[in-house]
Amino acid sequence: MSPGIFDFALAIGGAAGQGIATPGNILAQIFARRGLHINAYNAYQSIVRGGHIFLTIRVRDEPVHSHGDKLDLLLCLNQDTMNRHLRLMGPGSRVLFSSDDITPGEAADGAELCGLPIAELTNNSRNRLVQNTVALGAAMHLLSLDFQILKDRTIARFSRQGQAVVDENLGVARAGYEHAVKNFTPFPVPAPEGAKPQAIWTGNEALAMGGAAAGVKFYAAYPMSPSTGVLHWMAQNARELGIMVRQVEDEISVANMVIGAAHAGTRAMCATSGGGFALMTEAIGMAGMMEIPCVFIDVQRAGPSTGVPTKTEQGDLWQALGASQGDFERVIVAPLDALDAYNTIPELFNLLDQIQCPGIVISDLLISEGTTSVDPNAIDTHPLINRGELITEGASQGNYMRYKDTETGVSPRAIPGLEGYVHVVATDEHDEDSLLLSDEFTNPLKRRKMVEKRARKFQDAATKVAPPALHGPADADVTLIGWGSTYGVIQDAIEGLAAEGITANHLPIKWIVPLHGQAISELMGKAKHTIIVENNYSGQFARYLRSETGLSPNGHIRKYDGEPFMPHHIVDGVVEQLAGKTDHTVPLQEIMV
Amino acid sequence: MTTTKDTTGGSANIELTAKDYKGHIDPDWCPGCGDFGVLNALQRACAELQISPHDILTVSGIGCSSNFPGYFNAYGMHTLHGRSLAVATGAKMANHELTVVVTGGDGDGYGIGGNHFTHTARRNVDLTYLVMNNQVYGLTTGQVSPTSRVGMKTKSTPFGSIETPLNPITSAIMNGATFVARGYSGDPRHLANLIKQAIQHKGFSLIDIFSPCVTFNHDNDYDFFKPRIHKLEDEGHDTTDWKAACEKAMAWGDTIYTGLFLKRDGETTLGEAEPVLREGGPLAHRPLGLTEEQSNRIITRML
Repeated sequence: MSPGIFDFALAIGGAAGQGIATPGNILAQIFARRGLHINAYNAYQSIVRGGHIFLTIRVRDEPVHSHGDKLDLLLCLNQDTMNRHLRLMGPGSRVLFSSDDITPGEAADGAELCGLPIAELTNNSRNRLVQNTVALGAAMHLLSLDFQILKDRTIARFSRQGQAVVDENLGVARAGYEHAVKNFTPFPVPAPEGAKPQAIWTGNEALAMGGAAAGVKFYAAYPMSPSTGVLHWMAQNARELGIMVRQVEDEISVANMVIGAAHAGTRAMCATSGGGFALMTEAIGMAGMMEIPCVFIDVQRAGPSTGVPTKTEQGDLWQALGASQGDFERVIVAPLDALDAYNTIPELFNLLDQIQCPGIVISDLLISEGTTSVDPNAIDTHPLINRGELITEGASQGNYMRYKDTETGVSPRAIPGLEGYVHVVATDEHDEDSLLLSDEFTNPLKRRKMVEKRARKFQDAATKVAPPALHGPADADVTLIGWGSTYGVIQDAIEGLAAEGITANHLPIKWIVPLHGQAISELMGKAKHTIIVENNYSGQFARYLRSETGLSPNGHIRKYDGEPFMPHHIVDGVVEQLAGKTDHTVPLQEIMV
Repeated sequence: MTTTKDTTGGSANIELTAKDYKGHIDPDWCPGCGDFGVLNALQRACAELQISPHDILTVSGIGCSSNFPGYFNAYGMHTLHGRSLAVATGAKMANHELTVVVTGGDGDGYGIGGNHFTHTARRNVDLTYLVMNNQVYGLTTGQVSPTSRVGMKTKSTPFGSIETPLNPITSAIMNGATFVARGYSGDPRHLANLIKQAIQHKGFSLIDIFSPCVTFNHDNDYDFFKPRIHKLEDEGHDTTDWKAACEKAMAWGDTIYTGLFLKRDGETTLGEAEPVLREGGPLAHRPLGLTEEQSNRIITRML
């Protein structure tokens, strides 16, 4: 643990079906209610039973941006977890496991092996899930947390399943706690209490909530990992919030329904992963041609094709840039973390309503499925809503032209059902009055006029969104540039670099299109040494930045094994690059999950 | 421009006529194309129902017949090939007070859009779907379609099609459509009557319409249909009997039936089943954002 602050990480490992989620959620809730900050990452596989699941929960008394580098406590629910991960446990760490059926390996000096005689502690219970609760009880002692806290959470968690289940869990939790009191040494620094309770959410929940706050009234989806959490939150809350949520036959239908609903006047949104997004792309072009604002979320996973469905990657940037045929404008935004994902949705809808085009949100498994704490007061549930030049009532006295060629390129948009505004929107090229000029009326001058009208909407689009901000000292030794989900781990890496005597600053890019090219050029121009960090093989963002600004960084750190960066991966890369050993680092993933 | 006539029943009510639904431009269909009859029939049906053009949304895909919205005076969406039903479902759910009429061809609806056809029917979305079935791909200059007969010679089947055609009527019935009919563009009066019933029907209505392609399908032209077409209503067909409906729909010889095959009244539509739409009017007109109570509840649940 770092001196001065509480920085603690625990991991729970087992097979799918062994019930890792329950103790994980209970611990996360205990920490968050205590006012501590958490960042949890669950490494899992595309299997409902079996395989290996490894949930890491990092807890601090200050904001925490990533799941960190080290583990203090390991809960092994099976032998496989012990075999894989005991080597990660250093001096001062503790390892909890069932001594009935798990054989510990050779622990490092100073790592305490804490065997739990599960059968004895649970009166030979045949319920295999009770070992999790026993371990939870023991963990409470190791963290010097009062048993009452676990008791309260256990009752809250199991009360719906009846008193017998509550009693069974409380009994074995207490047995685990008491066994630990007698046999194990608690960690030297007890879990402190923070200033005020924190809330917990996943990035997918944040995206869905952002939609609700932005006024989304129509949400359609086809389930696809790792985006399905957005659908689940929407479905659960739809009736209460007046949002129509539909699970439909495929992502093609999803995208087309969303466009139909958006054209009719609602704010409409959908989320998928790369494969589903590929199916949506033709429709995204339709939204571009018809100038209909609506939101498409791509929660990236490792590809191509089915790829690694349960692993993370930033591999879809060029798919978003090139989504749909033709040369047209779309907004692309990559939120930096869960709270930013929440805020991004209303920001994006406001921009889209102003410039009338499709918008793409690029999230990834790390943000979307990661669980983090958030200060509930930081969630602005009444964000600004700006619908631009939208006509939703009244009657026109005539001469309405849906695609009127204006100075800004933006034409007032009337929704169907209003008197006097009758018009047809088309995927074919059309003139200002929306009559087609693609067939017998083809006219090069009109075509040029409409292409330029649509493009003109983007001329000052960048001024409508916040430019990227440099985090850290301007004269730092190294400037780390990332986009989207690398924000958190780069922030943590800066702390690690400080320990190595290297000052670093961080330029996280959120708005991909429109891009603040000038601002980025100026910041990069002043930097001593620039490194782009991204979760893919080919440097998709680096290539995009070069195409837009002509700029290339001094070096790259890239990871494409499916697992997210850990802070030390970036620290080690920076150290070797500043020493002149390489300009391209591909860190090795040490934790085999 | 658009009509300013009031059809809400006020004293200033002026009768709408078929001409009020005429679009800004004339169709670019080939002379003799069956689609003219369908356009005419929809205009007639809307006039008979006195629905204001601004309360109608026509949605189409891509193909000759999908140019339809441009020729009809109402709100319109001329969307992507095969996707009209999905777009129309979204629009209808966002504003369920609109009369939504979907138009397209056999390739658009039964080929590339087949998945949406199946699921829109089973969802019983309150849409009127007019398929101008000419049994050929016309806009792409004459290739085989999902409803082309076995043996039909087209540019993509120069030696004759070897695939069994899809039967839109039996498919729609099996998929759960609650109003299934067949029309013939050569009889626009009969067709207008079917369309009128379809618009009035609460639920998903399919009218598969023989709409001959005079340029690329010389097998199924007016001369082919004229002697064969028999109206179901002339034979005392029971429109609640789905088995009889399927049997009649399979007839494809000297007798080919048009008319209403099946009608299931009282089946819940998607809009009616959706609790969110029960009160508060169309989603498109509801206020955006969360109430204080809603935001408190979702935040509390996270703690």
